Amino acid sequence: MKFGVVIFPGSNCDYDTLYILKEVLKQKTVILWHKEHNLKNVDCVILPGGFSYGDYLRSGAIAKFSPLMQEVKEFALKGGFVLGICNGFQVLLELGLLPGAMLRNKNLKFLCQFVRIRVENEKSPFSQKTRKGQVLKIPIAHFDGNYFAPPETLQELKKNNQVVFRYCDSDGQLSEEANVNGSVESIAGLLNKEGNIMGMMPHPERASELLLGSEDGRDIFESVIDYFES
Amino acid sequence: MKVRILVSLKDIVLDPQGQTVKNALHTLGYDFVKDVRQGKVFELELEGISRDEAEKAIVEISDKVLTNPIIEKFDWQILEKK
Repeated sequence: MKFGVVIFPGSNCDYDTLYILKEVLKQKTVILWHKEHNLKNVDCVILPGGFSYGDYLRSGAIAKFSPLMQEVKEFALKGGFVLGICNGFQVLLELGLLPGAMLRNKNLKFLCQFVRIRVENEKSPFSQKTRKGQVLKIPIAHFDGNYFAPPETLQELKKNNQVVFRYCDSDGQLSEEANVNGSVESIAGLLNKEGNIMGMMPHPERASELLLGSEDGRDIFESVIDYFES
Repeated sequence: MKVRILVSLKDIVLDPQGQTVKNALHTLGYDFVKDVRQGKVFELELEGISRDEAEKAIVEISDKVLTNPIIEKFDWQILEKK
C-alpha cells in the first residue's frame, strides 16, 4: 500500500505522520506538495495536522483552494482512501467531503492533552482492527475542534453509522467533562457515507509508539493497511 | 467602489466568544447588555466592475470564501462615496 502525506504551507504534523508510516509501519510513503497536480498513484491520501495558511480566515478555509485539492477531491469521490487528521479534518469539512463544520473550542482554550476516544463504528476501513466500545488514548492539540452539525445532518450521520469516535472518559463513558471541546454528541471522528474518507481531531501519529505515551493510534493506520491488503 | 461585508455566526450556533464579551461587559456594570454575538468585517475595494456585476460577485465571494455557510451568514453593503 502506498501512502501520500499532503503538505500545505503551515502543515506541521506531516513529518511525524511520514515517520510513523515509513519507519514504524514500514509502508511506502511519499510527500505530496499542495501546489502540484500529482497524487503519485497513492492508495491513501493523508491530510496532516498543523496550521495550513496560518488558520487565516477559518481553519482549512484557504487550504481547500490549493491546486492538489482538485485531485484529492476526485480521488476521494472515486472511492480512494483519505484520512484527515486535525487540520486535515478541518480541510475535509471545508471541502464538503465530510459533513458539518468546526467551531472554536467551547471553553475558548487551546487544548493540548491526551484524551480518550471510544470506537463507535468498528467496521470502517480505518477502525476495523478495533472493537466496538474500545477506548483509545490519543492526544489532541487544537483550538477549533468543536464539531458542529445541524440536526438533520446529525440524524443522517447516525442513520448511516458515520460516527467513528466519540470523546469519553477512561471507562468509556460519555460525559460533558470528557467532551473537552464541546463537540456535538462528543463526536471526535467521522466518515463520509461511503466510508472511504475519515476525519478525526485527535492525532494517531502521536500515539503510535509507546515511547510517546500510547500506541493506540497505530490501530487506525493498521486498520486501513489491513483493509487494503485483504 | 468600497464594499463592506459582515459575517456572523448563524443563530443556531453557540458563540462562546460573544458570551465572554457579554460577561466582561457585565463585570464593568453594563447590565443592560442582554446578548453579544461576535463576527467579522471584510472591506473590499473593487475596481473596473459595474454595480450589477459587483452585487453578483459579492454574494459569490461571500458564499464561497468569506463564510462557511454551515455556520455563518452574511450581510453586505456598497459604501457610497461622501
